[in-house]
Amino acid sequence: MPRFSAHAGRRIVIAIPTVWLIVLFLIPFIIVFKISFSEVRLAMPPFAPLLEWLDGKLVAIKLNFANYAFLFTDALYVSSYLYSLKVAAISTVFCLLLGYPMAYAIARSSPTSRSVLLMLIVLPFWTSFLLRVYAWIGLLKSNGVINNVLMSLGIIHEPITMLQTDFAVYIGIVYSYLPFMILPLYANLEKHDLTLIEAAADLGARPITAFLRITLPQSLPGIIAGSLLVFIPAVGEYVIPSLLGRTDQLMIGRILSDEFFENRDWPVASAVAIFMLGLLVVPIMLFQHFEKRTLEAGK
Amino acid sequence: MKPQGLFSRTALVFGLVFLYVPILSMVVFSFNNSRLVTVWDSANSPTLKWYSALMSNDQILGAAWLSIKIAMISATGAVILGTLAGVALARFGAFRGRALLAGMTTAPLVMPEVITGLSLLLLFVALEQTVGYPSGRGPLTITLAHITFCMAYVTVVVQSRLVGFDESLEEAAMDLGARPAKVFFRITLPLIVPALVSGWLLAFTLSWDDLVISQFVAGPGSSTLPMVIFSKVRLGVSPDVNALATIMVLIVASGIVVSSLWMRYQNKRRERDMRLAASANL
Repeated sequence: MPRFSAHAGRRIVIAIPTVWLIVLFLIPFIIVFKISFSEVRLAMPPFAPLLEWLDGKLVAIKLNFANYAFLFTDALYVSSYLYSLKVAAISTVFCLLLGYPMAYAIARSSPTSRSVLLMLIVLPFWTSFLLRVYAWIGLLKSNGVINNVLMSLGIIHEPITMLQTDFAVYIGIVYSYLPFMILPLYANLEKHDLTLIEAAADLGARPITAFLRITLPQSLPGIIAGSLLVFIPAVGEYVIPSLLGRTDQLMIGRILSDEFFENRDWPVASAVAIFMLGLLVVPIMLFQHFEKRTLEAGK
Repeated sequence: MKPQGLFSRTALVFGLVFLYVPILSMVVFSFNNSRLVTVWDSANSPTLKWYSALMSNDQILGAAWLSIKIAMISATGAVILGTLAGVALARFGAFRGRALLAGMTTAPLVMPEVITGLSLLLLFVALEQTVGYPSGRGPLTITLAHITFCMAYVTVVVQSRLVGFDESLEEAAMDLGARPAKVFFRITLPLIVPALVSGWLLAFTLSWDDLVISQFVAGPGSSTLPMVIFSKVRLGVSPDVNALATIMVLIVASGIVVSSLWMRYQNKRRERDMRLAASANL
């Protein structure tokens, strides 16, 4: 019965990855959500159960909103959420300002140099992210390469403090996420119909006008996709601010892992995660919308 | 040249310098004699002493070996699951649960790592309490976590490759009476081999590179290479890390050169075959 086996085969192909992701991606979020409402206690695991059972009957549901109340009343959490959003937004703008002209230059270069340039953009991504962030410590330190060069050239007379500042975090994020900005922008810019620009020029439009009226609006999907690919992970970034960032103002990813590892307060860490997810739900859904459009564009 | 072209090209050059200066600085300072990583000791440099220090560092070598093993298994698992998901999303049209599967394969691409790490750890703890498996945390839980976030990337790679091909070849084989499994192994699979290779390499790199998720789901005594490096560089710069970075850059660069030469060779061969086929038709 070939028809039956084809049908069964299809169902297996769908079922295996779906079940895997339900167990290892979806259910974990439900668990985090659940634990964010429990009370911390000294045990392993260090939280109290939500549901109390007695003789097979549910006798009590202990929903504890204290963890969330804590997030809003403690200035530490509020300020680090706002700080994370600010750092991610500013880094995304810098990334766009640098990545857009780069993607534009690649898309408008000859086909042979295009593939070489794209390879040069992607190549750093294949070397360790952690080590590339670490390299900036050596460059930005007070006695680091940049300060040494500037001092020997006589441009500055005493070292500028760059490490452990917001500036260092912006550099780190732009540096690490630049390929994620360039690739969707390039994919978009490469498809543009250049005759439109020529027509605009023939009709007397200056290049900048043609760019602002034609190229920029057409590249909007690329701009949005690239920006979301940078912004969303940057909000929860942990490694870059830990190595390069300020010690007096922590980002929310660091708060989460400190609550978890240092304070062993799993419920508060879960509440931090759920709240971060709440902030990112709209951008994530927007990203999925654009990702779906590009993936199904070929059809 | 138009001013617009000049501006974007300047940005491109600046951007490339920005991307490569940190990497080059690590390579240069890996040969520096001084322990002060950023001061060049010209009297005694270049030296290979940090490389020999690295080669006798059992902690780093052990962690590197563990990371390679985890990355190879994770990449293989991610390619299998990602291919199934990619085929389902690109070829099965509308099926029940499609939106769910599509959502679960794109969300991990942007999900902050701290959230993924925390949620997976809580899952493993809950599983251990209820079913008793996996007991404890270590290489197994790291691998399961890596397969999960890597398969999302493989799915996207496979899906976009499949969307790029029309289904006519597969339909023709079906019309000629081939069974679905045969169609998949004889037609679909060979078409997506390049996507599988790049998906595997991507998954390997992501797993090999992952720090945050591993830190959450690793147990005591199972430190991957990024975990060892992170604890070292948190205490300050150390020159043997530069040596390690240089070795990794060298491996990646030579891998890319070899693969691009191989691709050029393949393209040339295909062109020659096509010319031969064309002349045979005359």
